Amino acid sequence: MSEPLRVDRRTAFKWVLAAWAAMPLQRRAFAAEAASAPSGYGTDPDLTKIYQSGELWPLTLTEAQRRTAAALCDVIIPADAESPSASAVGVVDFLDEWISAPYPEQQKDRKVLLAGLAWLDAEAKGRFGTDFAALDEPQKTAICDDICYVPRAKPQFAEAAGFFATYRDLTAGGFYTTPAGTRDLKYVGNVPLPRFDGPPPEVLRKVGVGPAPT
Amino acid sequence: MPLVTSAAASGKEYDVIVVGSGAAGGQTAYTLAMEGAKVLMLEAGRNYVPEQETPMFQTRGEAPLRGTSTPDKPFGFHDATVDGGWQVPGEPYVNTSQEESGRFDWWRSRMLGGRTNHWGRYSFRNGPYDFKPRARDGLGFDWPLSYEELAPYYDKVEMLIGVYGANDGLENTPNSPTGCLLPPPKPRVSDLLIAQRARKLGMPVVAGHRAVLTQMLDFKNTPAKLHPGNPEAQRIIAEHMKSRAACFWATPCSRGCSIRATYQSTTVHLPPALATGKLDILVNAMVREVTLGRNGLASGVSYVDKGTGKPSHAAARVVVLAASSCETVRILLNSKSAQFAHGLANSSGKVGRYLMDTVGSTVEGQIPLLESLPPHNEDGASGGHMYAPWWLYKEQLAGKLGFARGYHVEFGGGRSMPGLSTAAGLEWLTGGSYGRRFKEDARRYYGSFVYFDGRGEMIPNEHSWCEIDPDVKDRWGIPVLRFHWRWSEHETRQAAHMQNTFAQLIEAMGGRVKGEVLTDGAKAIAAGGSIIHEVGGALMGTDAKESVTNRWGQTWDVGNLFITDGAVFPSNADKNPTLTIMALAWRAADRILELMRRKEL
Repeated sequence: MSEPLRVDRRTAFKWVLAAWAAMPLQRRAFAAEAASAPSGYGTDPDLTKIYQSGELWPLTLTEAQRRTAAALCDVIIPADAESPSASAVGVVDFLDEWISAPYPEQQKDRKVLLAGLAWLDAEAKGRFGTDFAALDEPQKTAICDDICYVPRAKPQFAEAAGFFATYRDLTAGGFYTTPAGTRDLKYVGNVPLPRFDGPPPEVLRKVGVGPAPT
Repeated sequence: MPLVTSAAASGKEYDVIVVGSGAAGGQTAYTLAMEGAKVLMLEAGRNYVPEQETPMFQTRGEAPLRGTSTPDKPFGFHDATVDGGWQVPGEPYVNTSQEESGRFDWWRSRMLGGRTNHWGRYSFRNGPYDFKPRARDGLGFDWPLSYEELAPYYDKVEMLIGVYGANDGLENTPNSPTGCLLPPPKPRVSDLLIAQRARKLGMPVVAGHRAVLTQMLDFKNTPAKLHPGNPEAQRIIAEHMKSRAACFWATPCSRGCSIRATYQSTTVHLPPALATGKLDILVNAMVREVTLGRNGLASGVSYVDKGTGKPSHAAARVVVLAASSCETVRILLNSKSAQFAHGLANSSGKVGRYLMDTVGSTVEGQIPLLESLPPHNEDGASGGHMYAPWWLYKEQLAGKLGFARGYHVEFGGGRSMPGLSTAAGLEWLTGGSYGRRFKEDARRYYGSFVYFDGRGEMIPNEHSWCEIDPDVKDRWGIPVLRFHWRWSEHETRQAAHMQNTFAQLIEAMGGRVKGEVLTDGAKAIAAGGSIIHEVGGALMGTDAKESVTNRWGQTWDVGNLFITDGAVFPSNADKNPTLTIMALAWRAADRILELMRRKEL
């Protein structure tokens, strides 16, 4: 079930409705022009090409912001026995590409991420007197524990917790779509097969559904 | 694809002009050309060559923004759609209501093959009840034909395009004759668990029907059944069938298929039709109107050559509109003359009326039994291997459900190619983990989610329709559509029923529903147009005063003007419309050929 239409249908529709709701009556008819920002990749890009971060629109992050971004990426996805850390496989480049994109969803996240990274450094300085990237692990954890879960975040951390949730989603999305992340999840598809055998017997046993009908 | 230019097309004589190149246009042109008619096809979008343009094995990491949905590519970067979406640059439309419940959002694909390049490939036959719904419950309209009359065309289409499935003998869910269906793929583990637990709720779970080749087509025996007495057509289609590989169990069908293992008009209908030498295709030709001759018959179509921006004209003995339901309606309403002041073939005043989409509602769940399973390849045929046809006919007829028509359930789950959402939004399960624990959580929950999509019947109503907007024009100067939309309680209650059923099913699987179960049907129902099963607007019927075409898709008012797309549907059964569109188109094309042979066209 790669790319089931239904997943994207909702995301896609959310955008359509948001764009329309924000538009006065006379302009609705011309939404098409307004919607298709000239600096996006357009409605007919080359689908077979492999794209690099920064190729389609200019990137945003300064070196200092990238350092903070990488440090937070690696707090969320550090290296372990299975796979490298998020920053080691280019997730910061992906985040920069994401927040630099001219589309509404990404522009929304841009505000959240830039403000969040600035907050993180300010919080690190306030608590420990240095940038987030320069903190040791327990210091980073002390901050992240306060913002890692929206429902449990104290009121003064509510906004930062919202940032962290977005950042974790994007970091994870960036990471698990790399070859290293995909291997980590043990996804073994996207290869041509002579036949499709269905799940192996140990899977059926574990779930308790018996052998597949032939 | 070999194409013709506007200048070349205007200098030639054609038997039939077909407007549109998707499921309807593709099937119409295929049938006509294979049986000897000279056809000109006009497509508003660009040429498209799936064999060269399809991103088959590209990963999400190789796409901009990891392939996410954007306004430029609403179904994600690698989706096959070219120049399409609910908004198309330069081609606006208008909604009279700002409310989500009163809007119809119109999906278009401006490319050769249209929406068939990216569709879900679900291919179901309407059942006997679906052709006579009014006779059964007094609502909506009956079709001017029966299941038995269309069945031979379902047979042919299934054999031509290749559909996997099984014969389950269930109520209003017709079996196919031997030799029509390909074997279904083996179920995934989530399918088997769903089937096991659904049984407790009385829901049948059976093999899905999708237009994917699970094995090569029978090129030895099928051609004679498709084109009896026509050895040249048999030779061409046999050769073409040999050029279509069976599915190699990888890559998403929504990207299109370069090995031609799925049905899309561009890989299945158009190549053999072109091989006859009888079909010319003109792309980037945006049809404005059907032109009327002095004899009161259609003389051809006027269109804008998008390459040059010039108005042009093409002529033929017969004109077929297969432009998608709403685009067909738009062309008719824009074709005004002294004789047809309110639009061509609209003496009934019914053109644009009774627009329908499919009722959609989704619930997702997380299933502990599916956590941390041994890794195995679940790509399969990309879409659903199984589904649940509607099962509460008796309860419904007895008035126990509060809504009059049924739905089927498409579902899925498993270890699909990781994407942006694979490990996103897990907090409700993890309590906000990060670090090494988050990585362990991501491994644990990967593949443990299932979704259920209800796909239900909408009953046509007086409040869901479209007309020409008096002011707004598209970039070619062609007046655009204005939509009116309203669901009835039959649809919203059905959507609430879907939510409750899916929540019960997830519970029966020992799982947890993700998010809220939407028991308010008005909130549960997907917005009008979002399921992209637009049908209606030029209904077929038995009475020229109450419908736009007869049972052949021939307009009552103009004898040489036919409609072969979903616009003629008098109802929109829960069964996804594409297979029925193709069966009707083949039947209409046969009728055109017969009338041409009898010199009546």
